[in-house]
Amino acid sequence: MTEESQAQESGGKPASYWEVFYDDIFLLFFLSIAILYISYTVWGLMELGTVDPSPLLKP
Amino acid sequence: MASGNFRTCPTTGFKIHIPAQTLIQTNAVTAIVFLLVGGILGLGMVLTRWQAVHLLNDEWFYRLLTLHGIAMLVAWIIFFEMAVLYFASAIVLSSRLAAPWAGWLQYVLMLGGAALTAVQILLGNADVMFTSYVPLQANHLYYLGIILFAVGAIVGCIVFFATLVVAKTEGTYKGSLPLVTFGAAAAAIIAIATLSHGAIVFIPTWLWAAGIIPMMDAEVYRLLFWGFGHSSQQINVCAMVSVWYLLGTLTVGAKPMNEKVCRTAFVFYILFINIASEHHLLTDPGLSAAHKTWNTGYFMHLAVLASMIHAFSIPGCIEVALRKKGYTRGAFEWLKKAPWGNPGFSALALSLFGFGFLGGITGVVYGTEQVNIIAHNNLRIPGHFHATVVAGTTLAFMGITYYVLPLIFRREVAFPGLAKLQPYIFGIAMYVVSVSMMFAGGFGVSRRSWDMNGVDGPFQVNFGPIVDMALAIMGIAGVVACIGGAMYCIIAVATLLIGKKIEA
Repeated sequence: MTEESQAQESGGKPASYWEVFYDDIFLLFFLSIAILYISYTVWGLMELGTVDPSPLLKP
Repeated sequence: MASGNFRTCPTTGFKIHIPAQTLIQTNAVTAIVFLLVGGILGLGMVLTRWQAVHLLNDEWFYRLLTLHGIAMLVAWIIFFEMAVLYFASAIVLSSRLAAPWAGWLQYVLMLGGAALTAVQILLGNADVMFTSYVPLQANHLYYLGIILFAVGAIVGCIVFFATLVVAKTEGTYKGSLPLVTFGAAAAAIIAIATLSHGAIVFIPTWLWAAGIIPMMDAEVYRLLFWGFGHSSQQINVCAMVSVWYLLGTLTVGAKPMNEKVCRTAFVFYILFINIASEHHLLTDPGLSAAHKTWNTGYFMHLAVLASMIHAFSIPGCIEVALRKKGYTRGAFEWLKKAPWGNPGFSALALSLFGFGFLGGITGVVYGTEQVNIIAHNNLRIPGHFHATVVAGTTLAFMGITYYVLPLIFRREVAFPGLAKLQPYIFGIAMYVVSVSMMFAGGFGVSRRSWDMNGVDGPFQVNFGPIVDMALAIMGIAGVVACIGGAMYCIIAVATLLIGKKIEA
């Protein structure tokens, strides 16, 4: 939603940046996925990728 | 009053889209069936861990423990959450549901997946328990069932988001989303992040079990599995908190004291709660201390802060609503005069306490690295999550059912006297189950174990009589909780079959 349309709906009072941010569900969705994948998944996989294979795993 | 594909609810004034109503009904009834199945299996679990009874043999204990986890943690909760998502979008926004056919696709995939997984477990092809840690291997159909279920749930979340877009485009609401819908949106966002991990981990595991790929790395499996396994419980947290706000409004007319603060708490959940999965990996050797500390320390506690905000905000808005009704004498008249005989309210209050104090506080303590090392593989952890998922989420969902039945199924709740008692019997019994599990776990009693004394092992572990007493209390309280759960199922089924019809 744009700031102008929010301002119209709230009787001319402009919406705060926080309100605009919170109303943007798809931006929140993107940030949620990004934080989880960067902080937990990709970082974790990169670290596990550096672990040497077990010597018990012989071809 | 019905008009075309809509009817107007005489109580709430919501315009109810009939296809959405049918989907809510179908998902909610299916959820209750899984609760019934999981509850019967739970009875088998407590009567086996109660050492004096020790009901099941080892083979059936592990088999039914696997099914208990899937039926309760996955099927009951997520089917009910689908009902909550459709309610919070189409009904609360008085909108039509986007693509009801996709809603039915969600239902068929989830039901087919859950049934396939359950059959594999019962056939003895998947004695791997809920975590199904590699290199334990189940029949490939077990993993396929979970994949189908996860894909179905993703479809349900997409229908939810599409309905938000439809409601906005067609102007059924103005300004920001109502708080309940915003909370449900938070749950749906977390669900998609979670279920994507489910797909990433279970698709290669399925291929491995089918013999198509040669190996599955145990550490990689654990990292990805917990991105699904624990985060799926964070969907519950968001859905449950949304249900708390809804119950506050429905039972005493409560409105959030400060919506911005409540929304901020939900945003903290959206951004930071999923990485709390890391606490399952604190003793894994392959991950660095930096990865563990970053994910369980700095970021995770922003989500804990969110729970603390809700823990003050919800009782606060209930107090304000009751004080407005004139209960202003002394500090606690509002609490004394609260509608304790309304099962929706008592379920809300007991769920708040069970989740926040017993489950939440123990979760934060057990999730720290130092304590986790000694707590993670004993009965303290099941004690913690039976407080959060059962005394918290399940009880909250039971409470909202007493409103869903008249509003969506258009039936008066059958056996109202029984309904008044049900949340107390179930909730308080679950408190006792959780605390006695944590108590026994404090003495080192292992979790997921049929043979806690190691009778058939190379050495035996003997516990003092206090542990036997704690497990006996757990067993007795578990039986009482099952009676409370059975009461809920009987009330729900009786309402559907013989409840007085409400004309609208």
